Amino acid sequence: MSDWPLLSLVTFLPLVGAAFIFLFAQGGDAQADRNAKSVALMTTVLTFLVSLVIWGNFDNGTADFQFVEQRDWLGGGIDYRMGVDGISLLFVVLTAFLMPICILASWQSITTRVREYMIAFLLLETMMIGVFCALDFVVFYLFFEGGLIPMFLIIGVWGGARRVYSSFKFFLYTLLGSVLLLLALIYMYFEAGTTDIPTLMAHGFTAEEQTWLWLAMFASFAVKMPMWPVHTWLPDAHVEAPTAGSVILAGVLLKMGGYGFLRFSLPMLPLASDLFVPLVFTLSVVAVIYTSLVALMQEDMKKLIAYSSVAHMGFVTIGIFTFNTQGIEGSIFQMLSHGIVSAALFLCVGVIYDRIHSREIARYGGLVNRMPVYAFTFMVFMLASVGLPGTAGFVGEILILIGVYQVNTWVAALAALGVILGAAYMLWLYRRTIFGQLEKDDLKQILDMDGREIAFFAPLIVLAILMGIMPGPFLDVMHVSVDHLIQQYQTAMQAAAEGADMARMAAK
Amino acid sequence: MANAPDFATAAPEIFLALAAMALLMLGVFRGNQSTRLLCWLAVASFAVALLIVLQAPAERSVAFAGMYVADSFTAFVKAMVLIASAAGLIMSMGYIRDEGMARFEYPVLFVLAALGMMMMISANDLIALYMGIELQSLALYVIAAFQRDSLRSTEAGLKYFVLGALSSGMLLYGCSLIYGFTGATGFDAIAGALKGQDHAGIGLIVGIVFLCAGLAFKVSAVPFHMWTPDVYEGAPTPVTAFFAVAPKIAALALFMRALIIPFLAISADWQQIIIVISIASMLLGAFAAIWQDNIKRLMAYSSIGHVGFALIGLAAGSTEGVRGVLIYLAIYLAMNVGTFACILCMRRKTGMVEGISDLAGLSKSNPLMALALAIFMFSMAGIPPLGGFFGKFYVFIAAVNAELYTLAVIGVLASVVGAFYYLRIIKVMYFDEPGEPFEGPMSVEMRTIIGLCSVFVVFFAFYTAPFIASAEIAAAALVP
Repeated sequence: MSDWPLLSLVTFLPLVGAAFIFLFAQGGDAQADRNAKSVALMTTVLTFLVSLVIWGNFDNGTADFQFVEQRDWLGGGIDYRMGVDGISLLFVVLTAFLMPICILASWQSITTRVREYMIAFLLLETMMIGVFCALDFVVFYLFFEGGLIPMFLIIGVWGGARRVYSSFKFFLYTLLGSVLLLLALIYMYFEAGTTDIPTLMAHGFTAEEQTWLWLAMFASFAVKMPMWPVHTWLPDAHVEAPTAGSVILAGVLLKMGGYGFLRFSLPMLPLASDLFVPLVFTLSVVAVIYTSLVALMQEDMKKLIAYSSVAHMGFVTIGIFTFNTQGIEGSIFQMLSHGIVSAALFLCVGVIYDRIHSREIARYGGLVNRMPVYAFTFMVFMLASVGLPGTAGFVGEILILIGVYQVNTWVAALAALGVILGAAYMLWLYRRTIFGQLEKDDLKQILDMDGREIAFFAPLIVLAILMGIMPGPFLDVMHVSVDHLIQQYQTAMQAAAEGADMARMAAK
Repeated sequence: MANAPDFATAAPEIFLALAAMALLMLGVFRGNQSTRLLCWLAVASFAVALLIVLQAPAERSVAFAGMYVADSFTAFVKAMVLIASAAGLIMSMGYIRDEGMARFEYPVLFVLAALGMMMMISANDLIALYMGIELQSLALYVIAAFQRDSLRSTEAGLKYFVLGALSSGMLLYGCSLIYGFTGATGFDAIAGALKGQDHAGIGLIVGIVFLCAGLAFKVSAVPFHMWTPDVYEGAPTPVTAFFAVAPKIAALALFMRALIIPFLAISADWQQIIIVISIASMLLGAFAAIWQDNIKRLMAYSSIGHVGFALIGLAAGSTEGVRGVLIYLAIYLAMNVGTFACILCMRRKTGMVEGISDLAGLSKSNPLMALALAIFMFSMAGIPPLGGFFGKFYVFIAAVNAELYTLAVIGVLASVVGAFYYLRIIKVMYFDEPGEPFEGPMSVEMRTIIGLCSVFVVFFAFYTAPFIASAEIAAAALVP
């Protein structure tokens, strides 16, 4: 079993499904649409099962890359390499887990060009899983940027009123960051003679090189993350994207930035990462507090959740740049839990949007009277987003706060303030939509969630709570890899310390 | 003294010259009703010439007292030029029939233009260079004005002719200065004369500047680009498709050979010129295209931008650089031929349309054509995993390797700006409400060309390695 190219399988299986739909679900009638949906659902479920097989065969005890594949590709040190370690594995599983839910969530809300929609989503899945499996920088970049094409189309074709503006903004913002990453990649390729990621990690760039390379990479990852002040594409993209598009944006695409920091910036450029800690902390703290305040003022539910995503990602960047076990594990865990919780929140918005076709908070109120199941579901995810103990959100936040407290008390205090603000806007959102008097006429006829909706919310609820009370299995996967990452970082810092000391002496 | 081996070196050109004359005779005897037959015969002679080019031995052979050279570099570029010419001619057939310009001179001029380009590619001497350029240009001037009754077409031809003559004058003046200061016209002889110097005298530099100006005109690099949008817009569309690809490829190949072979020793002197025109072309191509409504004009600015990117590789002046340019040109060929094939299918009852807004909602009325055009646009924007990305990737590799960081950074930023207008076309096709659909089914030839080009662009990532290997061999033939 382990001889199978499992990572290539999990990456390209959705592509096969897309090709199948492209070739065989022709005709453009309702039957073709149904076939396209079924094929997409089956493909994504199958992909998820393969990802579970990978998790099942994963060895928690080593920091080495596993399931490694290597094939000749471009030559000259650029080859097709795939592999996962404890940091990337769970993102693969997360992506594969969210995709069937996205397909189900789009089952009825997408009525135009269903076939193309399914193809776009399957393409997107290949690109996203590829990002987390790639063990070669060029392969990574290919997937990283290739994902822009289907997402651009998803927002632009199936999006809301301002979809054109949002899709262009999304595309150009991310592209602008990515091209600088490309230059960094090319430079590193020349220095190291290969784009093999483990080799680059061991290469050891000089301090000056690291500074420039780090900034180039930061441009890309900070936009993807997104960090304040380059986050403005996110609320626009979220608001205009169809529900499933928002789910994927929040659930997976935002994680690529954090993953990029962990995979490239930290291990390859440790000195520069250390150098820029104040910058990252400042931007992150501003993000946590400022975007939380902005979220408080939102009238649009999707926009509110989008801003809350920026705030949560601020936590993640803080955690990554603490360089200690709690901080980094907390960040990864926070990314995973945010992937599930914010995805679920967007789905919650989607449920009432499908019924009333409005995302305005003021349009709702008193939903609990007509939709008790929905109110319960929304409550679970709202509390998980707030970080209530016992939910997935709590574990990540507390680990990050513990991690950062050891490094910088002020940052910890300000981040904790963000947690309080987070509780404020989420609870207020919940109060305004779910509780209160049921006054609007059309709301009096609204129906509660049907079987299909309950079916895709159930696994999300289970996970949101399971990750909260039993974080062990998830943390075990990443533990050895994170320790290895921190060791790499500390070795590099120690090696640099001598040189730095001498330089300081000379300066005095 | 010419002898048998000399003729063997120039076999593809000799064959094309004979073919052109045979086609001309046939055309004169049979008249205009044989145009379609002549077109296919011309395509067949391109195919035969391509076979001869590919059969030729890989090692460098020089003929006609060093005036003429054939090696794996010329083979690579000639193959591209022949494919582009054949594609251009095939795309023309339906158009010239419908627009009433199906005269027998059309395919003959195509063959002569291609012959001129092959001579440019193989030129190893300033005089051979000029001969090739003029043969190519004269044929192109006539083709640009081929729609005799159309004011736009004749205007385009005239503009092209006047400005082309000016640039040829500058080129010749540069050649004479180079001859005056080095005492040679052969590229190898000039290189010998400059051996051991790191900087050229002021006279030689002026000569190189004029040479570059003349060649920059031919590749339509800024600041010698002014003719491009007008000629692209005015010329008949299949002619524009031909202009956008084959002559550009030939001229860029000539540009590389004419700078690298004779002046490699003093590369620091001409590198600055290339860097400046490369940056200017990329920026102008990116920004000026944003405001265009006519898709042919947009493609003109797009090609100016693409030439800017390709010149990055020349600025590097290394094997990697030449390799990057060759890869870039091959992908550029596929993207442009495919795009123009799509443009040629933009036909309504009232005739051809060229507005970008005419593409509105194409994804609903003709999903496959919209998909193909979207693929070409994403590829031109340089989005992986499509072919266009690899073209940019390899020229940027050359730039970083040559430590031209500023050039590389400006290049990637220009590519982001450029992405905007490529996305605009996709937006019109996919996000806008459909307008009136285009007329009729696409012809088999068009469908084949569009299909082949899009397959080439989409699956480029899968066969990149052998492709890069042959480009590398070709580049090594030019820059040892």
